Amino acid sequence: MRGAKSAKWVAGAIVVALAATACGGNGDGEGESKGSGPAGYVSIDVGEPQKPLIPADTNESLGSYVIQSLFTQLLDFDAKGNIVYTNAESVTTDDSKTWTVKLKKGWKFHNGEDVTSKSYIDAWNWYANIKNNQQNSFWFQDIKGYDDVHPEKGDPKAEAMSGLKAVDDHTFTIELKNTMPYFNYKLGYSTWAPLPKVFYDDPKAFGQKPVGNGPYTFEKWDHKKLIQVKAWDDYQGPNKAKNKGVQFKNYTTVEAAYKDVVSGNLDMIRQVGPTDLPKYKQDLGDGAIEQPYAAIQTLTPAFYSKTFKDIDPKVLQGLSMAIDRDTITKTVLNNTRTPAKSFTPPGVKGNQNLDTDVFTYNPEKAKKLVQEGGGVPGNKFTVQYNTDGGHKEWVTAVCESIRKATGVDCVGDPKPDFATDLEARDNDQVKGMYRGGWVADYPVNANFMKELYHTTAEANNGRFSNKEIDGLMNKADNAKSLDESVKAFQEVEKKLVEHMPAIPLWYYRINGGHGKNVDNVKVDFHGDLEVWGVTTK
Amino acid sequence: MGRYVARRLLQMIPVFIGSTLLIFCMMYALPGDPVRAMMGDQAYDPAVVASIKKDLGLDQPLLQQYVNYMTGLVQGDFGTQIASQRPIADVIADAFPVTIRLTLFAFTFVTLVGIGLGVIAGLRPDTLQDRGLLTLTLILVSMPSFVLGFLLQYQFAFKWQVTTPTVTDSTDFSQLALPAIVLASLSLAYVARLTRTSIAENLRSDYMRTAVAKGLPRRRVIGVHLMRNSLIPVVTFLGIEIGSLMTGAIVTEGIFNVRGIGLEIYEALTRREGATVVGIASLMVLIYLAASLIVDLLYAVLDPRIRYA
Amino acid sequence: MPDKTVEKVEALPGDTASTAGVIVTDAGPAAEKARSLWSDAWHDLRRNPLFLVAAVLIVFLLVMSLWPGLFTSASPRDADLANHYLGKPNWGHFFAPDWLGYDVQGRSIYARVVYGARASITVGVGVTLAVSVLGTVIGMIAGYFGGWTDTLLSRMTDIFLGIPFLLGALVVLNSFEERTVWVVIMALAFLGWTQIARVARGAVITIKQADYVVAAKALGASTSRILFRHILPNALAPIIVVATIALGGYIAAEATLSFLGVGLGDTAVSWGGDVARGREQLRIAPHTLIIPSVMVSITVLSFLMFGDAVRNALDPKLR
Repeated sequence: MRGAKSAKWVAGAIVVALAATACGGNGDGEGESKGSGPAGYVSIDVGEPQKPLIPADTNESLGSYVIQSLFTQLLDFDAKGNIVYTNAESVTTDDSKTWTVKLKKGWKFHNGEDVTSKSYIDAWNWYANIKNNQQNSFWFQDIKGYDDVHPEKGDPKAEAMSGLKAVDDHTFTIELKNTMPYFNYKLGYSTWAPLPKVFYDDPKAFGQKPVGNGPYTFEKWDHKKLIQVKAWDDYQGPNKAKNKGVQFKNYTTVEAAYKDVVSGNLDMIRQVGPTDLPKYKQDLGDGAIEQPYAAIQTLTPAFYSKTFKDIDPKVLQGLSMAIDRDTITKTVLNNTRTPAKSFTPPGVKGNQNLDTDVFTYNPEKAKKLVQEGGGVPGNKFTVQYNTDGGHKEWVTAVCESIRKATGVDCVGDPKPDFATDLEARDNDQVKGMYRGGWVADYPVNANFMKELYHTTAEANNGRFSNKEIDGLMNKADNAKSLDESVKAFQEVEKKLVEHMPAIPLWYYRINGGHGKNVDNVKVDFHGDLEVWGVTTK
Repeated sequence: MGRYVARRLLQMIPVFIGSTLLIFCMMYALPGDPVRAMMGDQAYDPAVVASIKKDLGLDQPLLQQYVNYMTGLVQGDFGTQIASQRPIADVIADAFPVTIRLTLFAFTFVTLVGIGLGVIAGLRPDTLQDRGLLTLTLILVSMPSFVLGFLLQYQFAFKWQVTTPTVTDSTDFSQLALPAIVLASLSLAYVARLTRTSIAENLRSDYMRTAVAKGLPRRRVIGVHLMRNSLIPVVTFLGIEIGSLMTGAIVTEGIFNVRGIGLEIYEALTRREGATVVGIASLMVLIYLAASLIVDLLYAVLDPRIRYA
Repeated sequence: MPDKTVEKVEALPGDTASTAGVIVTDAGPAAEKARSLWSDAWHDLRRNPLFLVAAVLIVFLLVMSLWPGLFTSASPRDADLANHYLGKPNWGHFFAPDWLGYDVQGRSIYARVVYGARASITVGVGVTLAVSVLGTVIGMIAGYFGGWTDTLLSRMTDIFLGIPFLLGALVVLNSFEERTVWVVIMALAFLGWTQIARVARGAVITIKQADYVVAAKALGASTSRILFRHILPNALAPIIVVATIALGGYIAAEATLSFLGVGLGDTAVSWGGDVARGREQLRIAPHTLIIPSVMVSITVLSFLMFGDAVRNALDPKLR
């Protein structure tokens, strides 16, 4: 009988436990709030930022959304990639080496502190200092004295970069190591934002509850659920909020977010998921957003690999012509990309029509070129990609297209996740090609060439190296004006077609949307929705 | 009994250390660097990567890192995440209740439906309904949970639209129903089969014949004599099940986007957040160890024939 | 969940006792009449309709995995994007390439289903064999020598049992650059041997006290002779029972791992991988997901029925 009694007790205990958690479950307000938040607020599916909210420590798109709402840097770009001054009155130079920044007067941080030259200079010095481990610290590397605060090894030799000098409260100068005609374009990245004094007291706490100078003030961060910011009435910039606030809501899947947009629980979605793409224009009507932005996807050969070590560029041109970009973007990619016709996407300064058929599908000529160039060693190559990024299908389709057209066997080389993929690229372990991608840091063609194909470029993971092209790029950097520099890079681009450091595949398009409660949803040059301009109906 | 429990608890220590060390080593051996991965595929600065790793102690030798980690863990410190810099204890505290809710939901389902079906079949062994149940459980067992998950998701969420395809609010039990059923299906099949076998066996036992011969009413014979004895193995099986349901949630939580520890550990794995993976895994190991001890003790309590020295 | 399938087999009625580690499995009486046990079992199996159905299905699957060319002329790789999405199943065209429709790349799903059998069966059978050998050896050593050897090996078993199977497999497989069939087999075997080791240990402990083993020892037979000639044959029945049932579980495990993206490599045709890619088309072309799913289930089901029948035949207590 003893046994039986105990059994009863156990069953009872389970019931009690269940009841207890059921109560607990209803009690805490976990999960997304229903409806679209406080009146006048707009909501968008922006998930948990990867890192604390510090401008120079944020380089992924989710964190950037929040940073951009809280901070305003010197200047910004319009949808066409032209400069719009925000916090700066002007940024000028005579020699492309020393730049003078004049700040607008009367700007304040959310806590009432004035935004002065010092707010910028101190922030930039802090960002650049190696001790502070800021992810974007290398963005300051063009400034004179960067190597003192950010040596490759060991402790910094100085606390401040010698190139930054305050002239008065609202004027300061930036001296660069070398000339760079498009340096002012770099200043449009949110990593150049200023910091208030309160930041230096406790950077860690600041990262959870930032105080900026942007169009919105920080309200709350409910980890992995929601970040809420409120429109700041005293904001003086051109991008003053037209709504009362923004909720950045975390969704675990785009499908769930999409469903909420359709049902009105969410106002905006940044990218519709593949399951819903075929139907989203019907579902959202006027709310559907389809727009190209400045990003490109490529197949990049590893020029150190056995396969592509001494490859004839003709072979690469042939492989490029073997890819049926039109059909693949229309079918497998659901029109989320536009076939590429050059190395730079439209929307960046200097994008041009290259007079070439290398990017046009032509199986006969492709086969001929591959044969003329001596073929691919082993008649086989691999394309490395990460399986956690939705690349599998297009890699397969591209490979099949190449295989069918040229007879060169092409297979995917999947890495289980992005970390493994990157490690193989960094350590020169790519066996054939890898999927390359680049989103504009600043909308100038140099960004798509110098950062990717210069011998010394950090992101040049294919280790493409060509003295002639290096020389041309250096010369373009030394040009007197931005226009000349852009033109010089256009010449570089023409040369790139002859050497094929990568096979451009397609440009990105944003396929997002908004619900019926909001209007005026616009897209900026790198594909982000401009939340400040959104109005509620 | 006391000595037995003490011995078992002592034995758990090397097992716990061994399992966590093994997981720790496996995480360490993985290619891919969490700090580097954080930088993305645009340009980055290797000096910053090195500096961050130094600050986090990720540049130390494996055993040193393990000792550091365990020292922290013993003091209740799970460490902090590399990217978000949040305490891992917070991350676990957010995710754990979700998984517990899902697990208990599934567990209730397993218990009620599983035992119910098992009793129905076991009372009339080798009839049509018994055969039918056996086939049904076989089919359930043969469907990997991702298969069952997608089939149910397709039918209920997309075709009939009676539920949401993914869970947006894990406190809403109607949304948790589908993932709970998928999670429960396999255990359900086992519980049903176990109950059925146990009941069918006991039906033929002497004490049952005695009870019937004594002229006791059928309800009492079945409800008291048969059930009590037949459910002993089932109850102990269910005990172990709580632990394995919890650890088995990786796929189910992934399909239905339940933000529990399964999803958390999978995400941490792809981001190479070693401390998070090991932290959650340690908890799973602990739950497993505790469950197996409790089950063994339950045996002794429920079945007087077993005595532990 | 396949990891559960694997873990749970342990707790099936036949060997509940092994969890406690105190009571010993009931393989003892069966082992004494070895010959009649096997012939009885065979006699039993031949009359079991479940077994016959399972056996026919398994033979069919084996042929399919050995000679896929017999079933279809289409290649699982040849893609034609013209068939993208439009390729709904054409149920009338038995065994034609478009019979089961086309997947997102415009490849014949029928061809992929046929060629996918090989990966599943190889992994399932491979892991089962590897696990049986590894588990039996470890279990026999632990059970026969006892003492600190047993303690050490038992704790090792506990350590491996403590690691959640799926999590362990994810981590182990992540660390391999190229995941061939052999890598997947070794990884699953590395994590999966514990169950058989426990069963083998239990069986050996019972058998080693049997008169004929004591007699052999007294006659001065060597340890290896006692282990392999006297103990192993008699401990085989419970091991076979557990192994056959686990086989289905390993097939499910392979599919799940491929589904999670850490199974077989990209060039391999695998049902789990196809289910994973069908996921995105769930709303537009559900057949791309459902057909490979059904194939996984049928295969697992046949091996489970097979295992179930074998267990019923070999375990006299359940008869």
